[in-house]
Amino acid sequence: MDKYLGENDNHARAQFEAMAMPHLDAAYNLARWLTRNPHDADDLVQSAYLRAFRFAATFRGGDPRAWLLTIVRNTYYTSLRDGQPHMADVSFDEELHGVAAAEHSEAQAGLDPAAIALQRDTSRTVNQALEQLPQAFREVLVLKEMDDLSYKQIAQVAEIPIGTVMSRLARARKMLLACLRQDVTGD
Amino acid sequence: MDCKQTHDALSAYVDAELDAAAAMQLARHVDDCPACRLALEQMQALRAQVAQQATRYAAPEHLKHRIRAALAAEQATQAARGAARRQPRWNWAWINLGLAALSTTAFAVTLAIHLGQPTSSELMEQELVSSHFRALMPDHLSDVASTDQHTVKPWFAGKLDYSPPVYDLAAQGFALTGGRLDYLHGRTVAALAYRHKLHVIDLYVWPAQGSDAAPQGSSRQGFQLLRWRQGGMQFEAVSDINAADLASFASQLREMRAAAAQ
Repeated sequence: MDKYLGENDNHARAQFEAMAMPHLDAAYNLARWLTRNPHDADDLVQSAYLRAFRFAATFRGGDPRAWLLTIVRNTYYTSLRDGQPHMADVSFDEELHGVAAAEHSEAQAGLDPAAIALQRDTSRTVNQALEQLPQAFREVLVLKEMDDLSYKQIAQVAEIPIGTVMSRLARARKMLLACLRQDVTGD
Repeated sequence: MDCKQTHDALSAYVDAELDAAAAMQLARHVDDCPACRLALEQMQALRAQVAQQATRYAAPEHLKHRIRAALAAEQATQAARGAARRQPRWNWAWINLGLAALSTTAFAVTLAIHLGQPTSSELMEQELVSSHFRALMPDHLSDVASTDQHTVKPWFAGKLDYSPPVYDLAAQGFALTGGRLDYLHGRTVAALAYRHKLHVIDLYVWPAQGSDAAPQGSSRQGFQLLRWRQGGMQFEAVSDINAADLASFASQLREMRAAAAQ
C-alpha cells in the first residue's frame, strides 16, 4: 500500500515538474523584477513553486504559466505582508521624476524616442527606469512586455479588473517615458 | 476621437487590446493629428525599447536544482503526513481485542470464584462436622442427658416446630445418650447423641420435602457422614466411627422408623 502511494506521489511530482519547470524562467523573471535582487528572487521562486506543488490539485487546466505567475506574485505579497526581510518597495516620487510635467510637455517637446534609444542605448538605462517604477506599475509592464500576457491574463495574475490593467499600463508607460526622458535630459 | 481620448487609448492600441471600432477611430485620428502620431510613435518606440533592452532574467541553474530538491522533500513530508493521517490515533482493532480479552477474563474470574464456592452440600457437611466437633467439647454434647427416648423426645416439644423421631438403639450397640438443639443451615434442628463403644454419633434430624432417599456417605476431616431421607425427615449422621459401623447404625434406625410408621 505504501509502495503504491509512494509511486503515486512520485507520479504527482513528476507531473508537476513537467508542467511547472518549463516556466521557471518566466517565474524567475517576474520574481527578479518584483524583488529586484537575485537572492530574494531565488527564495521567492522556490517558495512559490512549493506552494504551487501543494496546491497543484487546485490547478484546473488553463495556462500553467499564468497560474504559476499568479502564485509567484501572491507569494511575494504574502511575504511582504508577513514582514519578511526581502522585498520592500521603493516609493516612486512622481514629482521627482517629473511625470506630471512630462504629461504636459511630451507631445509639444516631442523628444524623439528614437533619439533616446540612440543616446542611451543600454539595457542599464531601461532596467533602472523599470526598477524605479512603483511595484503595481512595474509588474503590469513586466507581465505585458516580457511575458506578453493579454490584458485578460494580466487581470487574472494581478487580480485586478481589465480596465485597471489598461489604465495602469498606460500610466506605467507614461512614467517610464518620463524616467527615460529625465535620464536623457537630466545630465 | 479627440487628442485626450487618443492619448489615453494609445497604450491599449499598441497592445492591440482596443476593440476594432475604437482602434479604427484612433487610427483615423492619428492620421490627421501630427502630435498624436508622434505620441503613438513614442509609445511604439518605448515598447520596442523595453522589449529589446529590458533584461529578461533567466532562472539560474542552481535554482532549478534547489527547487527539484525542495519538491522532493515536500513530497516526502506530504507522504509522511498522509501516512500519519492513514494511521488512526486509536487502533480500534487492538482496542476491541483488548476489551474482548478483558471481558473474557472477567467472566473466567467470576466463573472461577463461583466454582470455588463450596456447594450447598459441601457447606452442609462443613456445618455438620463443625457442629459435631463443637458437641464433642466438654459438656456440649447434650442439653438433655438421658438414655431414655421417652425423656429426650418430649424435651424437644416447644423447642422445635416439629417432633423428631427418637429411638434408643442400645440393644444394637448404639446407646442414646441425650439430645440438644443445634443450628444448621439457617434453622434450628434436633441433634441426638449416640454412643458406640467410645465413639460419639451425632444424628441431626429436620423435616424435609421430597421422597425417601437411601443413605449416602461421605467423609470429611476424618469424620464419616451419612445422610438419608425417610418419612419426610432428613437425617444426617456424623461420627468418627468407621463407615461400615455408621451404615449399620443408619440401617438400624431406618428399620426402627419403618417399623414405627406401620
